[in-house]
Amino acid sequence: MSELEPGTQLPPLSVTPDRTLTARYAGASGDFNPIHLDDEFARSVGLEGRILHGLYTMALVARAQTQALGGPQHLKRLAVQFRGAAVPAEEITITSTVSAREGDRVTVTATATQRGKAIIRNATAELEP
Amino acid sequence: MGADTGAVGRAFAAHNYAVGREKIREYARAVGETDPLHLDLDAARGAGFDDLVAPPMFAVVYCAAAIEEAMFDPQIGIDFAMLVHGGQEFEWGPLVLAGDEIATQVRLAEVSERLGMVFYVFESESVNQRGEVVCRGRWTQIVRPRA
Repeated sequence: MSELEPGTQLPPLSVTPDRTLTARYAGASGDFNPIHLDDEFARSVGLEGRILHGLYTMALVARAQTQALGGPQHLKRLAVQFRGAAVPAEEITITSTVSAREGDRVTVTATATQRGKAIIRNATAELEP
Repeated sequence: MGADTGAVGRAFAAHNYAVGREKIREYARAVGETDPLHLDLDAARGAGFDDLVAPPMFAVVYCAAAIEEAMFDPQIGIDFAMLVHGGQEFEWGPLVLAGDEIATQVRLAEVSERLGMVFYVFESESVNQRGEVVCRGRWTQIVRPRA
């Protein structure tokens, strides 16, 4: 990225997690909460079915930043608020816009959307190019 | 009923995590990482690292035991059926590599109540075998009221 000035948009990242993703992420992360694995259980607590792990979606936001900047060493801080539940087998899109630059520290505001709704909004990433 | 703030400030037992090469690969594949630094040992070494590099969000893996100990503590008394993850913040120091030994300690930083929901904020600090802070985390958990 040659130009990281306020208003610059980073390349968007779109991912459609397949139906086995929540099982693979549970194994990788150690979070086996049944709301992520068991449709029947998820419906019993008022969800439409099993939902993605919030920290998985946050990892997509992180990946959008590190891919744009060219490696994991560039991501110094990431803060997100989770809004609503994301589901498997529907596309998630991460959009990221530079909001500030001070010296060698770039601040990016990012959003994750699915089915037209924000599932993470006002995510703030601090990057060192 | 007001939120019980009696445990605020409490620190929980530190947990150690030995970072393994295959665990980095497993995590990286699950979140769709394609950067060879996380997957290909020759590429990582070629880039000047001693071993595979963990993605930044691998912090959730090395923090898991310490954060679970805090959240499941009976004095905190979280109602897991009503729990939602409200927010998450990580700040990273030096990169974590396969072979590192990471010690994580968690403390309960805040308990507050709004509109019948109880907000628990946990803070984690993860230190590698050289004493460098590799990650600080702030974990906001929300317990909704039972209908």
